[in-house]
Amino acid sequence: MSEGTLYDKVWDRHAVTTLPTGQTQLFVGLHLIHEVTSPQAFGMLEERDMEVAYPRRTHATVDHIVPTADQSRPYRDDAAEVMMAELEENVRESGITFDHPETGNQGIVHVIGPEQGLTQPGMTIVCGDSHTSTHGAFGSLAFGIGTSQIRDVLATGCVAMEKKQVRKIEVTGELGEGVEAKDVILEIIRRLGTEGGVGYVYEYAGSAIDSLGMEGRMSICNMSIEGGARAGYVNPDETTYEWLRETDAFREKEERFEELLPYWESVKSDPDAEYDDVVRIDGGSLEPVVTWGTTPGQGVGITQPIPAPEEMTEEKAEVARRAQEHMRVTPGETMEGYEVDVVFLGSCTNARLPDLRRAARIVEGREVHPEVRAMVVPGSQRVQRAAEEEGLADVFREAGFDWRNAGCSMCLGMNEDQLEGDEACASSSNRNFVGRQGSKDGRTILMNPQMVAAAAIEGRVTDVRTLPEVARV
Amino acid sequence: MTGASDGSNGGPAETVEFVSGTGIPVRGNDIDTDQIIPARFMKVVTFDGLGEFAFFDQRFTDDDEEREHPFNDERFQEANVLAVNANFGCGSSREHAPQALTRWGIDAVVGESFAEIFAGNCLALGIPTVTADHGTIVELQDWIDEHPDGEIEIDVEGETVSYGDRTVEVAVDDAQRKALVEGVWDTTALMRANTEAVRETARSLPYVPADHIPARADD
Ligand code: SF4
Repeated sequence: MSEGTLYDKVWDRHAVTTLPTGQTQLFVGLHLIHEVTSPQAFGMLEERDMEVAYPRRTHATVDHIVPTADQSRPYRDDAAEVMMAELEENVRESGITFDHPETGNQGIVHVIGPEQGLTQPGMTIVCGDSHTSTHGAFGSLAFGIGTSQIRDVLATGCVAMEKKQVRKIEVTGELGEGVEAKDVILEIIRRLGTEGGVGYVYEYAGSAIDSLGMEGRMSICNMSIEGGARAGYVNPDETTYEWLRETDAFREKEERFEELLPYWESVKSDPDAEYDDVVRIDGGSLEPVVTWGTTPGQGVGITQPIPAPEEMTEEKAEVARRAQEHMRVTPGETMEGYEVDVVFLGSCTNARLPDLRRAARIVEGREVHPEVRAMVVPGSQRVQRAAEEEGLADVFREAGFDWRNAGCSMCLGMNEDQLEGDEACASSSNRNFVGRQGSKDGRTILMNPQMVAAAAIEGRVTDVRTLPEVARV
Repeated sequence: MTGASDGSNGGPAETVEFVSGTGIPVRGNDIDTDQIIPARFMKVVTFDGLGEFAFFDQRFTDDDEEREHPFNDERFQEANVLAVNANFGCGSSREHAPQALTRWGIDAVVGESFAEIFAGNCLALGIPTVTADHGTIVELQDWIDEHPDGEIEIDVEGETVSYGDRTVEVAVDDAQRKALVEGVWDTTALMRANTEAVRETARSLPYVPADHIPARADD
């Protein structure tokens, strides 16, 4: 068992007791909720005549169903309107803060938590959403939960959980030009498999992680779940603290910052912490990674050949064959040149300001390929405003991108932003499952935001490093 | 299959020691929750009626014509034991996935491996997710195909699955087994018993302001 890691320390600080099931009752420091997974939980609470136990440790937003073009109420989609109305009623009755679109603070739950400073080191954070692992970038313990567990948290302020093992993933060296955090995590999942993390929490460390900004760390932690790990984290450091100082939570409350700093420092993994497993990856050897299949683990370096099913284990081969048929790719070839119809720059993985900046630098002065439908969906209203003030929105618009309002959008196609028929989409999101982007014949290719931008210009998957004047990360 | 509605004291009455019935095989690794229940069917505020949408996009074409899928197969319409392969239920945390399965009629899932959140969501509904190696599962799936009316019995405590004249060993996660066998899978009730200890833990955390901790509740 691990010892002295951030995971062990934060776990111990939040453990209330051991339940008869052998699970630990863990206090939840921050409970984030959104419209898709919470209404049933509120319903269960009502059935049992219970109230929300810690409303002030609970925070709501709306992201999955929110339209990203016309947001006037009632929403055109009746089902979306019903879900929104239900959430409004639930938060009102329970006294929970709700970042609805009129507040200017709305956005994808995993974008707004960090940007407001709700997400802090040493916290336990849960949300009925698997990408809650994102918040681990701040050195918190953050995991996605199901609706019954949301009910638990609403009713008790706690979750029942079993302790996991800790795998340290050390990414050494320095990332090259055009290579981003997204490529690091796609490579990790490619190597360890989509199931590789089951039973583990991932601690990301090493020089390549240390030199990333908070947004990059969030992109990596975000996709921990795609590698099977329920949570992933990075130990807090100066980069973390600098970010926090600028958030609502601490901007004018320096004394609060100083008060909490010793706690944050105390939960960091000890230099001699023990891990259940350690994996090392040479960050310097990575190139942009794109997916060729229908799971995030089916990725390949942009200059590398798509693997042949014959070279895989029997179980993997079958999945790969089906995926290659769906994607219509040929083993032995590279993904470079694969034609795309749609480009989606968005999602909780890659729709923060620096993501948009890097993509904009590629797009600037160029035009979206005439056959391509391209859209940018900022991760939050704050990101959107900042990008508009900085002129990024104009860069995208002038190039022919559709600049939309904040939400999950085409990451999962629950609003009107969807793939049609067998369209192929270069996407900065995190899942390329069949049907994920709204059409069951649709084809999704995951990649980093610069690569997405390059694909928009060229109308095909393109190694961004081969474009002149590549943005340097 | 719901727990006790009285969550204020004690655990629920129901225990799940055995599940028996006929089987239905759904083959393939990495079957994600988007396949089990496509996102567009999640635009609901209750779980009622989700059953008919289980595996929807695998079962129907764009023109609503039936495709070949075990969930459409006449022979399996009464089945309640689902047999799957590796990494079943990966992807999103949506409880809509096990909800759709249980509302379709599934009471237990036997597979090579399960995504953790999916297994946790199943447990919260009292659905065992038991595991066995690849060969064992394939044999079971083949047997179900040949014996759609054949009885399968899962012994949760004994960690076995019996069918035909065979009994094979399976694994049930320790906490899951205890929870199901002792009927303590209603964690809300279990944890509500410790409200004072929760407040104490909250008070010990420097980041939780005192006024965020509710005063002693009258429960
Ligand atoms: S952006 Fe995509 S992955 Fe992130 S919370 Fe929304 S739907 Fe989930």
